[in-house]
Amino acid sequence: MSDHLAQRVASATPPKLARRIRGVSDRTIAWLFVTPTILLLLAVNIFPLIWTIRLSLTNFRTNRPNNPVEFVGIENYRKILTNPDTWASLQATAHFLIWTIVLQVVIGFTLAYLINKKFRGNDLWTTLIVLPMMLSPAVVGNFWTFLYQPQIGLFNYFIEFISGVDPASFSMIGDVSLAPWTIVLVDTWMWTPFVMLICLAGLRSIPPSIYEAAECDRASKWRQFWTITLPMALPFLMLAVLFRGIENFKMFDLVVQLTGGGPGATTLLTSIDLKREAFEKWRTGFASAYAVILFVTVFGLASIYVKALNKVKDR
Amino acid sequence: MSYSITEPSSRQKWFAGILVIGYALLTLLPLAWIIATGFKTPTDAIAYPPKVVFSPSLEGYVNLFTSRSRVTPEDLAALGPPTTWYDAIVRQYDMVINGPSRYGERFMNSVIIGFGSTFLSVFLGTIAAYAFSRFKVPLKDDLLFFILSTRMMPPIAVAIPIFLMYRQLGLSDTHLGMILLYTAVNLSLSVWLLKGFIDEIPIEYEEAALIDGYTRFQAFYKVVLPQAATGIASTAIFCLIFSWNEYAFAVLLTSGTAQTAPPFIPTIIGSGGKDWPAVAAGATLFLLPIMIFTILLRKHLLRGITFGAVRK
Repeated sequence: MSDHLAQRVASATPPKLARRIRGVSDRTIAWLFVTPTILLLLAVNIFPLIWTIRLSLTNFRTNRPNNPVEFVGIENYRKILTNPDTWASLQATAHFLIWTIVLQVVIGFTLAYLINKKFRGNDLWTTLIVLPMMLSPAVVGNFWTFLYQPQIGLFNYFIEFISGVDPASFSMIGDVSLAPWTIVLVDTWMWTPFVMLICLAGLRSIPPSIYEAAECDRASKWRQFWTITLPMALPFLMLAVLFRGIENFKMFDLVVQLTGGGPGATTLLTSIDLKREAFEKWRTGFASAYAVILFVTVFGLASIYVKALNKVKDR
Repeated sequence: MSYSITEPSSRQKWFAGILVIGYALLTLLPLAWIIATGFKTPTDAIAYPPKVVFSPSLEGYVNLFTSRSRVTPEDLAALGPPTTWYDAIVRQYDMVINGPSRYGERFMNSVIIGFGSTFLSVFLGTIAAYAFSRFKVPLKDDLLFFILSTRMMPPIAVAIPIFLMYRQLGLSDTHLGMILLYTAVNLSLSVWLLKGFIDEIPIEYEEAALIDGYTRFQAFYKVVLPQAATGIASTAIFCLIFSWNEYAFAVLLTSGTAQTAPPFIPTIIGSGGKDWPAVAAGATLFLLPIMIFTILLRKHLLRGITFGAVRK
């Protein structure tokens, strides 16, 4: 490999003449290479963010461009934080977030633990299990509404098959008490492999010598699991939770297609609520304040979490 | 036979294997159902109990790619016998084909926007990652964190000002606008992943090339790029998958010319309610490339989904 490269490098060496035209300095290249990325991100992320903050202090409405735009100070923020609907939608988001993470961690870790037993063909099955999470959530979510049809859906048939419940008697999407679980179920179906893959990497990173030592000390399997396997896989598990947490806090596509926030407001996650305020009611100023609050929340929670993660890692 | 105390017993392996395979089969069932539904007739698709065995039909695919209208039986008789197989399928329902549907266009939009943004984000990401990996860039860690943090913003929050900005600039519902937007979103992934890949290339190769009289540019594209090829390719596939699957920006910022397939597929309807075989056919064609890519990518999957935080 390196011989081959050395040959290529030698054969491609330019003549002496080229050596005199030494090209630009490293410093210039560094700037030249980094600047386009930074500029694009400034234009598409930071500039809009500043604009959002400015809009959030006004009563601007996109569908009434001729209305006078008034500076309203923190009025929008006050309205949002005192609005019970906001808290209801944060509660729906919290329900979704907590249950998806719990289920995905439990199932994902169990799967990783089983795959780590290295049965024959485990690589193939791992790849197959991963498939759902790579697919378009909107397209897949849309198809799940077909599986959930009360009269004809495969899911309802499956439930009838295992429990005998009449498939026409319940609607996973239309029922107020079932809908919050419906979105948890589909998200878990889709993203458990994500947690599984990261846990698997964690389990594989544990050197076998530790287990050998524990075995010599006659530690039981149960004890080995709690004192070796779990603590050593914990940083990985926490990383998976971080990713899932951020992603599910932002959740939009899958749930919009599945339930559209309904029935009522039972699955109205904050992103969907925000979309309604911004692009259906066109309360741009109000929605901007909402967006700022969401961003600060996700950024703040993530920062605290990363600190905790680093502590666990350093242990 | 050597005996290792850490190697699971064969009974444990069997048990683990059966559980994992059981989970895999269950979890793949919805995907299999999408593919199967695409080949059902509308009647078979909504049969209860669900039909596992059915005679395959291309009706879903015909309906997906054509727009049709109903005609009276007399008019239909006046048209003479159907000239093509897809004509024949449509005429069973007293319908005639008016022309192609919009699915083809939307699919092409996905291809153009997907590949365009992938190319741009990998190009910009590679050079930025190279600079971050090899040079002293002021505030390097802060810049890298800033790049990553752009990914934390909820897309809807970003979409509000982008919507207004694009309207001013004339970029709403254009391919260019979507390409730029997806490039910006993908840059966080591509910079972080590629920096990891380039960090792994020993710096000695470039130093040797520089001593031999290469300029930095030459060392970059003749030594570093070929070494990073696998990393660049897998990064590209991850960027492509993101752009391909993206829905929130697409549904808010495009409506016609530049609309991609994800917001379009759920809107496919038939003459009498939702045409599930056509939806499933559209979904199958849209999802299959990604399934294939996932299988090709399996070695780098973990790295890609964690932004390079976990390497195997």
